[in-house]
Amino acid sequence: MTALLTIIVLVFILIAIWQMVKIFDLAHAKNENTQVATDKDNTMNGYLMMGFLAFIYVITIISFAKWGDLPLLSNSASEHGPTIDNLMIVSLVIIFFVQTVTQFLLHYFAFKYKGEKGKKALFFADNNKLEAIWTIIPVIVLAGLIIYGLNTWINIMGVDESDDPLIVELYAQQFNWKARYGGNDNTLGKANVRLIDIDKANILGLDEADPNAQDDIITTELHLPVGKPVLFKMRSQDVLHSAYMPHFRAQMNCVPGMITQFGFTPTITTADMRKTPEIVDKVNNINKIRSEKSKELTAKGSDALEPYEFDYLLLCNKICGKSHYNMQMKIVVETQEEYDAWIKEQKDFKNSLIN
Amino acid sequence: MSAHEDNHAHDDHGHHHKETFITKYIFSQDHKMIAKQYLITGTLMGIIGVIMSMMFRIQIAWPEEPNVLFEALLGKWAPDGVMDADIYLALVTIHGTIMVFFVLTAGLSGTFSNLLIPLQIGARDMASGFLNMISYWLFFLSSIIMVSSLFVEAGPAAAGWTIYPPLSALPMAQGGSGMGMTLWLVSMAIFIASSLLGSLNYIVTVINLRTKGMSMTRLPLTIWAFFVTAIIGVVSFPVLLSAALLLIMDRSFGTSFFLSDIFIQGEVLHYQGGSPVLFEHLFWFLGHPEVYIVILPAMGIVSEIMASNSRKPIFGYRAMIASILAIAFLSTIVWGHHMFVSGMNPFLGSVFTFTTLLIAIPSAVKAFNWITTLWKGNLQMNPAMLFSIGFVSTFITGGLTGIILGDSALDINVHDTYFVIAHFHLVMGISALYGMFAGIYHWYPKMFGRMLNKNLGYIHFWITAVCAYGVFFPMHFIGMAGLPRRYYTNTNFPLFDDLANVNVVITIFALIGGIVQIVYLYNFFGSIFFGKKATQNPWRSNTLEWTTPVEHIHGNWPGDIPHVYRWSYDYSKPGHDEDFIPQNIPLKAGEEELQH
Repeated sequence: MTALLTIIVLVFILIAIWQMVKIFDLAHAKNENTQVATDKDNTMNGYLMMGFLAFIYVITIISFAKWGDLPLLSNSASEHGPTIDNLMIVSLVIIFFVQTVTQFLLHYFAFKYKGEKGKKALFFADNNKLEAIWTIIPVIVLAGLIIYGLNTWINIMGVDESDDPLIVELYAQQFNWKARYGGNDNTLGKANVRLIDIDKANILGLDEADPNAQDDIITTELHLPVGKPVLFKMRSQDVLHSAYMPHFRAQMNCVPGMITQFGFTPTITTADMRKTPEIVDKVNNINKIRSEKSKELTAKGSDALEPYEFDYLLLCNKICGKSHYNMQMKIVVETQEEYDAWIKEQKDFKNSLIN
Repeated sequence: MSAHEDNHAHDDHGHHHKETFITKYIFSQDHKMIAKQYLITGTLMGIIGVIMSMMFRIQIAWPEEPNVLFEALLGKWAPDGVMDADIYLALVTIHGTIMVFFVLTAGLSGTFSNLLIPLQIGARDMASGFLNMISYWLFFLSSIIMVSSLFVEAGPAAAGWTIYPPLSALPMAQGGSGMGMTLWLVSMAIFIASSLLGSLNYIVTVINLRTKGMSMTRLPLTIWAFFVTAIIGVVSFPVLLSAALLLIMDRSFGTSFFLSDIFIQGEVLHYQGGSPVLFEHLFWFLGHPEVYIVILPAMGIVSEIMASNSRKPIFGYRAMIASILAIAFLSTIVWGHHMFVSGMNPFLGSVFTFTTLLIAIPSAVKAFNWITTLWKGNLQMNPAMLFSIGFVSTFITGGLTGIILGDSALDINVHDTYFVIAHFHLVMGISALYGMFAGIYHWYPKMFGRMLNKNLGYIHFWITAVCAYGVFFPMHFIGMAGLPRRYYTNTNFPLFDDLANVNVVITIFALIGGIVQIVYLYNFFGSIFFGKKATQNPWRSNTLEWTTPVEHIHGNWPGDIPHVYRWSYDYSKPGHDEDFIPQNIPLKAGEEELQH
């Protein structure tokens, strides 16, 4: 019924537009009705162009004012994070400068040079000097960005094994994550999905005969000691997944049949991060939204939403099937002591098998 | 037999034989009719694609709320009117496939290459009318298969338009990877065959059938763009075809090109030694040139329309050609920027960052040249001109953020977020669509012999333009906040609760923008029958298509093909009374042709 009503309303709107246009056309009947723009059309659209320029600027300002604090431009929680953020800010400044200037020129020219009968345009087909200027300026700017960008990229992707990083495997499957620690020897045991034995609870396919595998620890939460380099080895059991840790500016795909890697050093513990003013504001804001939503829900008889507390997250960021939208794992960054206490409580592989 | 004699044979044919309804309207070999067939099929596919996007935008803004629209259109996929998570992925997949391939490749390139290449170079028809007909009917067949895949029991393909294996290869990984994916692959294979036949035809026609005097440096930029687009298509589409064939082998014949070591639903599969990353390479070797296959024809159309409506020569004709060639060359060596975090060697990532950012240079040259073309012009604000200016605006806005995504270090954090969606929709989705609209408003009189209503055109442009920015500008910010794309709902992440209201704003703009297209459809289909009759050269343009009679005839010109004496941009040339000089007007005594 609603659908029918909607269709009827749409039909009426169409008829209204048609009638309006017809009136408009009839009003101009004494002129030649050729459907080619007249001076009047040129003037009207010229002014609209200026209006549209204002609209672009306004939507830019509103977006930055209202949503500019959403982006992860600050508060990165890894050692390399600020280098990405700085590069991002430099790029954004360049982009918005160019955007503001070129949009102005485009729309202002469209307004300034709107057509008039009898006016003749300037025959101006080429100018090598101008062409050279706007080839060379982008070349210089881009050369700078390329050098800056590649420098950052190489620093992030180059893993320094001499730092003795903590080795952690991130294991992806439809639709959850597991983490595997190397245990006391900080060495991951050999593994292949062909060795998975559900009956024995060997869910990640570890090689039961490999001595390195015996003390491996498999968990459903990712705990990291603050200030210690971590090298992630990613595996997937079924389809492509992507380990996305936005707070750490880290992402790498998990590819079945191969091991991929990404390394970073977490710099702020979860507890400290919760105390930063930006996160306090963000959490308060989110909780305000959630409590309003809860009021609606309880009125309908559903359960209220739980209040939100900040946590680092690992998200799946490569389409992986039906529940892709809910494939996540909590990340806890803590002091070395807290981490040691936590890892001691976890069962190692040898003892987790069911014989 | 030389091309010339061939043309005459064609011509005679047109005069002596009465065509039947079937040879004229259905199995037509006339390029003008084929262009219209492409346009109307592309429009119908576009309607499906846009309705899909409106549906999943509603789901994102008001997740898991019942909606009568879903109940009516999705049937069993929306029990009690709540959209199912599987069908959400299917909708985004098919929306992407339809818009990129069926609308912006076939609908745009197919329509305007077919219509304009023979008319603007002065040829009676395409080099092979028969292949051209086959090309359209293969496209039609692939459209039918793609649409019919929507009605498969287990659902249409839902692995994203990039159909990365193993998700797309294993029916147990996802409902849509069964029959739905098979039909997707078959449809795309046929589509590629159609595209290749079309492209070969365009290339041969441009090289061989130009009229006397039409040297390559007198060609309108539209033809340059279509010509280079066809070359990119011939180079890159076969690679996607091979990827599709290998994927079919993996799916149905037990090979392991893209699959290895998989444990799914309690069992180990037999696949060994393949790599999904190989598929990504093959896919993006087409996938990236594909965005230039979409955008170059739009650039050509916009260049032509801007010059004609500014009553000025296009600024920097040679630089425009050079930048088209530079973009075409670079487009084939940048595909890896889609794969910075795929597990590819980081060194390769550096190389692709370098080549990718280089593309900004020819793109910047083009943008500045368009802006300079407007400078001191006498701008005729026809709807086609508005869409052309809109094209430059969205191309700049969308293109600039490419500097962020092409930079591997920055891509780490915004890869596969809404930032990517905002970027490519502005730079190749909306821009190419504007190019297509500009072309339709400009050449409608040539196609149908009638004019589109300009006031409806103004309403269409301005509302669409506001909505396009309203949808995609805020989307950059939710992407920078880390929101991943292709999430059915974000409610499982309280972290993103403060983005929910932005998504509502975006969806409202999207719905208005979608609905206003009805104004355009009404104008388009209504004007075929009731539009104002067109004159021969309504926009007072220089190119040859406006020297043909308004009523279509087979062979295009009733008498001899006109000869060409000048380039197509002699607008407002000093020393002439009129502000345009068609290409077939000989130089006046003492007049010099511009050394362009």
